[in-house]
Amino acid sequence: MDAERKQAAPVTAQEPRAPDDLDAPFPAKRMLVNLGPSHPAMHGTTRAVVELDGETIAAMKLDIGFLHRGFEKSCESVTWNQCFPYTDRLNYVSAIMNNVGFALAVEKLCKIDVPDRAKYLRVVGSEMHRMCDHFTLVGALGLELGAMTVLLYAMEARDLLWDRLTELCGARLTSSYCRIGGVARDLPEGWSEKTARTLDRCAVLRDEIDALLTRNRIFVDRTRDVGVVNREDALDLGFTGPCLRASGEPYDVRKSAPYLVYDRVEFDVPVGAHGDNFDRYLMRIEEMRQSERILRQCLAQMEPGDIAIRDFRYVLPPKPQVYGTIEGLMAHFKIIMEGIKVPAGEAYSYTEAANGELGFYVVSDGGGRPYKLGIRAPGWPMVAGLPHMVVGSLLADLIPTFDTINMIGGEVEQ
Amino acid sequence: MASEMDLVPGITTRREEAQNALQKMVSKGLGWARKYSLFQYPFVTACCGMEFMSLAASRYDLDRFGAALPRFSPRQADLLIVVGTVNCKQAPILKRVHEQMADPKWVVAFGVCASSGGFYDNYATVQGIDRVVPVDVYIPGCPPRPEQVLDGIILLQKKIQGQPHKLIDRLPPALPGQG
Amino acid sequence: MSKAVIDALRARFPDAVNDAYEGVGGDDVAFVRKENVAEVCRFLKDDPALRFDLAPYVTAVDYLGVEPRFEVVYNLFSTVHNHRVRLRVKVPEEDAVVPTITGVWRGANWFERYCWDMYGIRFEGHPDHRRLFMYEEFVGHPLRKDYPLRGRQPLVAERDVPDLYRGPGPAGRD
Repeated sequence: MDAERKQAAPVTAQEPRAPDDLDAPFPAKRMLVNLGPSHPAMHGTTRAVVELDGETIAAMKLDIGFLHRGFEKSCESVTWNQCFPYTDRLNYVSAIMNNVGFALAVEKLCKIDVPDRAKYLRVVGSEMHRMCDHFTLVGALGLELGAMTVLLYAMEARDLLWDRLTELCGARLTSSYCRIGGVARDLPEGWSEKTARTLDRCAVLRDEIDALLTRNRIFVDRTRDVGVVNREDALDLGFTGPCLRASGEPYDVRKSAPYLVYDRVEFDVPVGAHGDNFDRYLMRIEEMRQSERILRQCLAQMEPGDIAIRDFRYVLPPKPQVYGTIEGLMAHFKIIMEGIKVPAGEAYSYTEAANGELGFYVVSDGGGRPYKLGIRAPGWPMVAGLPHMVVGSLLADLIPTFDTINMIGGEVEQ
Repeated sequence: MASEMDLVPGITTRREEAQNALQKMVSKGLGWARKYSLFQYPFVTACCGMEFMSLAASRYDLDRFGAALPRFSPRQADLLIVVGTVNCKQAPILKRVHEQMADPKWVVAFGVCASSGGFYDNYATVQGIDRVVPVDVYIPGCPPRPEQVLDGIILLQKKIQGQPHKLIDRLPPALPGQG
Repeated sequence: MSKAVIDALRARFPDAVNDAYEGVGGDDVAFVRKENVAEVCRFLKDDPALRFDLAPYVTAVDYLGVEPRFEVVYNLFSTVHNHRVRLRVKVPEEDAVVPTITGVWRGANWFERYCWDMYGIRFEGHPDHRRLFMYEEFVGHPLRKDYPLRGRQPLVAERDVPDLYRGPGPAGRD
C-alpha cells in the first residue's frame, strides 16, 4: 500500500499539497460519530449522526423510523374498539392517556358524553400513568447521568403504581382501559384506600429523588443551561407540554380547554423560566406533585354511578342482557363483528398527555372501522427540534437533553 | 443412508464411562459458569423495554440470576435480549449486532413482537426475529410480566446447563459411511 | 369557537378560501386552495388578532375514489388567543405538490416529510425532502389506500456501512 501511495501522489513543486496529504494519519478535522439505533441513551430507536468538532457538536442529523409499526394502517383495518390496544402502545409509559385521547376523539365525532363516574375514572387512570411517565423520565435521567439509585427508587414507585393499575385494568403497562362510551371496569373493592397509601409511598420516593437530584452539584452542573430553548423557538418548533412550559409559555390543555373533570379539581401548572434541561426536570417533579393532588381530589369527589353510557349502539350490553334478550345479543354481535358505527366526518381532539398535547385526528366514513386515524404525538416536535437544541454544546450534553425531552419511540414513530 | 452401526444399542463400557466422566464434569462446570454469568445486551426498542427496566430494578431483581450487568457493546455481551418490536428498518441492525457478538451467544426474544411480530401484522414489522437471528428462548407477553421473563431466563439457564459446549464437547468422530 | 378566524381569513383571501364550516364539536374548518397555503399560513401566524404561533399538526388523508384524491390537513393553535382552526387543502393525485410551510414554522418540517413518506405528496421548497419512517429503498407510500396492509417489499441488498468514524482518508480506506 505504501508503494501505491508513493506512485499515486507524485510531489511536484507547483502543485500545492492538499491538506489531507499533510495530515495523512489524521482524517478530516471533524469527526462523525454515529449514535446508532441500538444505543442505551437513544432510548432504543433513534439514530443520531453527530459531527464533532473536538467535543462540541457542530451538526447533527437525526434518523428515525426504527420503530415504525404501522399504527395508522393497522387501525384502519380493525374496528374502533379494537384500536385501543394499538393506542396503548403509542406512548407506552402512559398508556391510559392515549386511550383517553382516542376515546375522546371518537366520542366527539359520535357526539356522546360519558357519565360522570367514567370521567373521574379516566382522569384517575390518566394521572396515575402521568406519574408513571414522569417517574420513568426522572429515573432514566438519573441513570444516564450516573445516579443509578434514582432509577431504582423511580422503578419502585412505578411498580407500586402499576400494582394499583393491575388491580384496576388487568395490565401493568398496556392497559386498554377505556372504551368508546366509558371505561372498561369499575374500581375494585378497597382500591381507593390502597391507592391513597400507594400515593403516600410514592410521595416519599419522589421527595427522596428530589432531595437526591435537585440540589446535587453534579446534576445541576450537567443540566443547568444545557439544551436551552427560548419561548419563541419552542413555539416555532411546535413544543407542547412540560418542555414548552419550561421555556416559559404557560400552555396546558387541562387549563385552556378543560376536558373530562379537570375543571372540577384544583391544581396548579408549573411554568419554568430558563428552558434548559434542569427546568424540564423540575417540571416533571412538580407535575408529579400536582398529579397526586388531582388524584386525591378525584378519589374523594367520585360518586357511584355508571361507568359507560347505556347505549347499545356504542357500548356492549351487560352480560345478563346479552344472554337473556335478543336485542342484547344482536347489539353485542354487531359491535364486536362490525364495530361501532361512527357518523361520517372528521374531528380533531386534543388532551394533555404526560409529554404535551396529544392530538387525534379521526376521519370516519360512517362504518365500523376508522378511515383515518392520525396522531399528533407530543414527543415528535421535541425530537425534531433536538438538533436545534444541542448544536453548539458538548456531546455529553446530548444525553440529558435527549432524556428530558422524553422521546418515547412508540408515539414518535407510530 | 442408515448403516448397521445405527442398529447397535447404545451400551457403553465402563472404560468409556470413565473416559467421558472428566469431560462431562468440565462440560457441566462450563454450563454452570456460563449460565450464572450472563452478560446481557438489551436490544431495547419498544414497550417491553419498560418491563425490562422493571426487571432490572430492585423488585424483580435480575441480578440474583447473575444476569444483571447490561453490556452495551456486543463485543462484551453473550446474551442478546431483543426487547420489543423489530421492524424492517431495524432488522439489519439487529443482524449486524448479533454477528458482532462472539460465541458462545444466546438470543432471547422478549415479548410477542420479537417472538412473532405481535399484533403488528403489517408492512413494517418483521414477523418474529427468528427470521433474522436464531433464537434460543421465546418469552411471550405484551409486555410479559417480569415473573414471566424470569421464568424465561431460568429456562435459558437450564438450556445452557445442558447444551454441548464447544470448548470441551467435541463432536463425535464421523462413523464410516457417514459424512 | 368564534367565527372570527374564518371571517378574517375570508376577508383577506377571498379567492383562496373555498369553503368554511363549523365542524363537529365547534371546530372551525376552512378549505384552502393549495397554491395559497404558504401565504395563508404566514398571515395566520403574523396577524396580531390571530397569532397562530404554535407549529401546526399537519397530516394527510387519502380519499381514494374521490377526486381530488388527497387532502392535507393543518391543525393550527394559538397560545396567545387560545383558538384553533383547521385548514383542509385538497390535493389531486396527478399534481400532488403543495408549497411548504417550513418557512413559517420550522416545526412543520417533519410533518411534511411524513406526508411525503406515507402518502407521496411533495412539498416544494422543503429543505430536507426525504422519507421519515421508512427506509430509503422502500417502494411505494404505505398509508395510501391502495397499498396493502401486509405489503411485501422487494429484497434490498444490505447496505455497505461507510466507515463514519475514520472518515474519508488516505488511499486504501473508503
